[in-house]
Amino acid sequence: MNIKIQDSTHSTRYIDIYITQRTFDASQLFIMLIFSFFKTLTDQVITVELKNDLSITGTLKSVDQFLNIRLDGISVEDPERHPHMLAVKNCFIRGSVVRYVRMAARSVDTTLLEDATRREAKEAKK
Amino acid sequence: MDALIPFTTSGSLVDLVDKKVLVVLRDGRKLIGVFRSYDQFANFLLEQCIERIHFKFEYADKDIGVLLVRGENVVALGEIDLIAEDMVPLQQVSWSQVEEKINEDNKRRERDHTIKDKVLGSMGFVNDGREGDAY
Repeated sequence: MNIKIQDSTHSTRYIDIYITQRTFDASQLFIMLIFSFFKTLTDQVITVELKNDLSITGTLKSVDQFLNIRLDGISVEDPERHPHMLAVKNCFIRGSVVRYVRMAARSVDTTLLEDATRREAKEAKK
Repeated sequence: MDALIPFTTSGSLVDLVDKKVLVVLRDGRKLIGVFRSYDQFANFLLEQCIERIHFKFEYADKDIGVLLVRGENVVALGEIDLIAEDMVPLQQVSWSQVEEKINEDNKRRERDHTIKDKVLGSMGFVNDGREGDAY
């Protein structure tokens, strides 16, 4: 973002505040990275393990900035311990209760993720 | 713009409004009701709400009415498939029956834990974690 300022000599300067803004939001950027990563997983089958030890497998339909997850066509590991989930076919999981998300190794491009992380770290340092 | 809508809490929950849903809370409670409203914190408003307790394949219900659930207590929200609901091999019994069985089971579990704690303690291990306190 460019802003126009006038100094005491009445000459017009443009300064670039883009970098400053990004540095300010550095922690936000890393959250965005994981969020973007989850977005690339949409329509893939993942398993979400919750902090109450319930594991739900289903197709990832959507994810939001809190990493709340929406799963479709779900099945539960160990339905005998969780009989209430038998009639549930799609569900919304609050991001704060997720312990792990398991996904197929082939759906992750680790090199790309590593590069993106390094780039974000570099920009945050500037 | 359309592509952006699913990536918000409101975008992903809008299709569940007015459906019959199951809400699982952090204390393990299960609530079933008609999903009427929500916000970005996952605060939910449920109408005609019941609390359901399970023991193995038996369950019991208790009427609650209208309930506003604060988002921090929410674990998951599931849409109940009305066809699947009729096929589920669960049997409804009275609340006191299920409650009694759950209490018995908890007592037995507590007893097991106490024994386990003693054995582990005697070997120098500390075992103070209990099921359900993971949050």
